[in-house]
Amino acid sequence: MSTFETVIGLEVHLQLKTRTKIFCACPNVFGGTPNSHVCPVCLGLPGSLPVLNRQVLFDGMKVGLALGCRINTFVKFDRKNYFYPDLPKGYQITQFDFPIAQQGRIAFISGGKKKHVGITRAHIEEDAGKLVHDAAHQCSLADYNRTGTPLIEIVSEPDMRSAQEAYDYLTALKLTLSYLGVSDCDMEKGSLRCDANVSIRPLGEDRLGTKTELKNLNSFSALKRAVEFEAGRHEGVILGGGQIVQETLLWDEAKGRTVSMRSKENAHDYRYFPEPDLVPFTFDAAVIEDVRRTLPELPAAKQARLMTGHGLNDYDASILVQDPALADFFEACVSAGAEPKKAANWLNGPVMKELNDRGCPLAGLKLTPANLVKLAARVEDGTISNLAGKDVLADIVVSGEDVDCVIAAKGLAQVSDDAMLVSVVDEVLAANIKAVEEIRAGKAGVTGFLVGQAMKKMQGKANPKKINEIIARRLTHG
Amino acid sequence: MITAETVNYISSLARLHLEGPEAVKLAGDLEAILHYAAKLNALDVASVTPTSHVLNVENVFRDDVPAPGLTPEQAFSFAIESQDNAYKVPRIIE
Repeated sequence: MSTFETVIGLEVHLQLKTRTKIFCACPNVFGGTPNSHVCPVCLGLPGSLPVLNRQVLFDGMKVGLALGCRINTFVKFDRKNYFYPDLPKGYQITQFDFPIAQQGRIAFISGGKKKHVGITRAHIEEDAGKLVHDAAHQCSLADYNRTGTPLIEIVSEPDMRSAQEAYDYLTALKLTLSYLGVSDCDMEKGSLRCDANVSIRPLGEDRLGTKTELKNLNSFSALKRAVEFEAGRHEGVILGGGQIVQETLLWDEAKGRTVSMRSKENAHDYRYFPEPDLVPFTFDAAVIEDVRRTLPELPAAKQARLMTGHGLNDYDASILVQDPALADFFEACVSAGAEPKKAANWLNGPVMKELNDRGCPLAGLKLTPANLVKLAARVEDGTISNLAGKDVLADIVVSGEDVDCVIAAKGLAQVSDDAMLVSVVDEVLAANIKAVEEIRAGKAGVTGFLVGQAMKKMQGKANPKKINEIIARRLTHG
Repeated sequence: MITAETVNYISSLARLHLEGPEAVKLAGDLEAILHYAAKLNALDVASVTPTSHVLNVENVFRDDVPAPGLTPEQAFSFAIESQDNAYKVPRIIE
């Protein structure tokens, strides 16, 4: 057992999906031909002046409110100076001492326990361009389409104590942010990016150890593996009598290790100063309250409501809230008369499987709450078998047809004619005398074999429970 | 006390290339400038709100409406070098 504890804080960058960039009217779109969405402002040409996109400030407020932050009524922008070819102006416009939001908190479950992580601040800034390194030509190629994409940087307190907690924090944060509809929150596309500050200290120590900053964490699993590796590396260095050097490291996914950034840059000395090209922003509390009213119900509140309002367990509710559309669909099913637990089972099981198989969102299916409720009822009342129910589901998610029409067209209705079922059971019993004797001798498990035989004869169009009952009846009274 | 070392550090951040005795001369100049500015420290500003902008203007916004930017011809007309629709710069990572 290690005598050290790991201390982790995360910095998350969220790209907003506004129509235009933060300080100019260039379209804010992912990809495209390099340098096809650029103008004098985002290229940093002399004489050009930035003007703030109104939507960015309101989206920033939304993010801050969703994370329980205090929204500042006085906000200004600052310059962070550094030279790098992805930054054509030679400085990034960001927020230093008066960010949009401060002092929030997010709660989530980690390792079965409730965990709180403080949000130090959320501030607005601009994204940099993209560099492609061309080894063959000994040069780098700069694409400034991404330059000026609006970002919200969310800085956590160093409140996490394991790689798993960092992973769970990022999961909860991403889910909350995705509910706001202000970003795609897609780590693969880079619309959600994460850096981790990692240090270790002896258990019981209050002071923080020297931290290293990990970059290039392109997935949730990369975050977890990188933090685990780095904490282990720190421990090795310290136990070996060495000292951790504060530096920025890149996670090498292929090698599974962190590597030093061999940048030609000086140590960070950003010389922040107030941005003279942008005037400050002030607004009164009423504006903040107006924005607060536009917030959707957030996942934590929704999950609590599904549990207390509909009696769902933690597990079912947590799956439903992963996708607000799925949670809404669930509630529509309940309104249409479905029993909550049954509706959750259908959505989290067979419907989820259809979504995964088809790789599409719920909106991509032609499924309506009314139709799903009807399907569940037909399985419940024994009109069709469970298996046939999944067959019908696969049909209606594409066709949007009425459940009863599909059952009729496919001839899936179970035979409920008792006389017919009894005669089939009798045939099966007569053909399997040995099995019958075994059951009479007390081997109840063999009944399943006979049910299977009868189902086969019925080509699946019978209720196995009913067959089971008839077999039992025939064997006792027959 | 501003030393030549400080001047050299600042000049490297600003990408200025100083020659020979320039750093020593500039250290003296910078020292004098800071000394002059330090006179402000004699004022009591406890009750003054810090100035974050010299203009008495607030809340200048732009609506979130796209407009066309530069054509490729315009965008690369001032580039020293370009390749594959990108600005070509000296290789940045070793």
